[in-house]
Amino acid sequence: MFRNQYDNDTTTWSPQGRLFQVEYAMEAVKQGAATVGLKGADYAVLAALCRTSKDTNTLQRKIMPVDEHVGMSIAGLTADARVVCQYMRTECMAYRHSYDAEFPVRRLVANLGNKLQTTTQRYDRRPYGVGMLVAGYDEQGPHIYQVMPTANVLNCKAMAIGSRSQSARTYLERNMESFEDCDMDELICHAIQAIRGSLGSDDADNLTINVAIVGKDMPFKMFTDAENQMYVEMVKGMEPPLEADHDALSEEGMSDDDMMDHGPSSSGVPPNDISDMETTASTGGHDAH
Amino acid sequence: MLNNYNSLAQPMWQNGPAPGAFYNFTGGQTPVQQLPRELTTVGPYGTNHSTAFSTTGTSVLGIRYDSGVMLAADTLVSYGSMARYQNIERVFKINKNILLGGSGDFADIQSIKRNIDQKMIEDQCCDDNIEMKPKSLASWMTRVLYNRRSRMNPLYIDVVVGGVDNEGTPYLANVDLRGRSYEDYVVATGFARHLAIPLVREKKPKDRDFTAVEASELIRTCMEVLYYRDTRNISQYTVGVCSVNGCGVEGPFQVNENWTFAETIKGY
Repeated sequence: MFRNQYDNDTTTWSPQGRLFQVEYAMEAVKQGAATVGLKGADYAVLAALCRTSKDTNTLQRKIMPVDEHVGMSIAGLTADARVVCQYMRTECMAYRHSYDAEFPVRRLVANLGNKLQTTTQRYDRRPYGVGMLVAGYDEQGPHIYQVMPTANVLNCKAMAIGSRSQSARTYLERNMESFEDCDMDELICHAIQAIRGSLGSDDADNLTINVAIVGKDMPFKMFTDAENQMYVEMVKGMEPPLEADHDALSEEGMSDDDMMDHGPSSSGVPPNDISDMETTASTGGHDAH
Repeated sequence: MLNNYNSLAQPMWQNGPAPGAFYNFTGGQTPVQQLPRELTTVGPYGTNHSTAFSTTGTSVLGIRYDSGVMLAADTLVSYGSMARYQNIERVFKINKNILLGGSGDFADIQSIKRNIDQKMIEDQCCDDNIEMKPKSLASWMTRVLYNRRSRMNPLYIDVVVGGVDNEGTPYLANVDLRGRSYEDYVVATGFARHLAIPLVREKKPKDRDFTAVEASELIRTCMEVLYYRDTRNISQYTVGVCSVNGCGVEGPFQVNENWTFAETIKGY
């Protein structure tokens, strides 16, 4: 209601105990195109809807490799994403140089969370306006981590973020139990099925599905156009998933005021999460789906 | 992250940054630390012996066998030619995967061991059951030691790093004061490099690793030979054993001394 008085600074609390600037940063994530991450027994898969531009014919980079065993896909401000990705790459490189080993994904992501947290607590910084799904494979197995501008780091079996991602999340929730037993192709098909739900009817021409995978004996790899096409064809034969219209909460075009009553955006973060004990990046993130 | 230890480079102009460095605006980051002159001055032949006397440990021997590694070192820290501290552990258990045997300047060994212990505590604080592997510790030590050497201020140590990784594969390496490291089934420092390594290599079966029994027998023999020939050690030694079954330092053991052959020496 009086949020305009309390939303100028990251360092200003509202009387309800909210940081509006951080919540606005979450909105930026909600505006980005959807991306999905899921993991099985040996692999972690990322799928993203990338915008094609008919004029320039370039794909907006949504999936960024970080190291041989880690990569991430982003939703939100691409410029912020590049900076964050650069930081992660530098950390991984420095770790390899010192320790001749891969950076354990869990620790890398904890470092990242700590870095993001400082931006929510300084008057001269703003939160990074980018949400990430980090996919990695190390000695502890495959990982999917969701990292948000709130500096929340969640260890996930599967997750989707970005606009119209609720239908993807519903699909993932329904099929989650079967991921452990899936082989690589089945996992990829699940990812594509999940993200297909986030394609609006108008966007089918403008958005292409890009897939990346990392896992046992498989360094992080983004699929070529041919491989992407092959899997999309494989999936087209299957049953269509939940349609995007059912996803009322995260449709584009809803005004900010309507959203604020529902609390922070529906990108997987429950309301009032900011006052949670686990806000600042904890290494022991809880499992979310 | 990228440290600029450029203490030997002359600044190109007054108050400005050295090439490749960032400009230090006032009130910004802390400036690059300048080491005091007695530490950065180069001695003859590139040495840097300070006037303070140093305490030293002698050889460390490491042998790799089929399921682990064994590290042995005597329990003496000498003060020049004086056998001053006679009950000092020089083989350390770092974590459940890693053993470290230290020789050379013992103050430097203690200093770097403290650093390593702090690293292990940091690992524990992460609370994710990820423990450092021996290869990673050896790699880290080479980076630190090489950096110190390049700044003309070495840690005067010669260490053996041994252990097992998560799959149980044994690892054994020697890292020296220059930051050089190499892996082998037998590594040693000091006199053991000259006396023990040939002994062990001769006994190595061509087509397989040592067994635990063979390895410990070899350790016993080598420590005996070293005791007879190295004049800066004593007959008491400890042995660290690291395998999939566990990691620990055993001892102290005594060399079976037998000086009766001395009577056969002409002029005795």
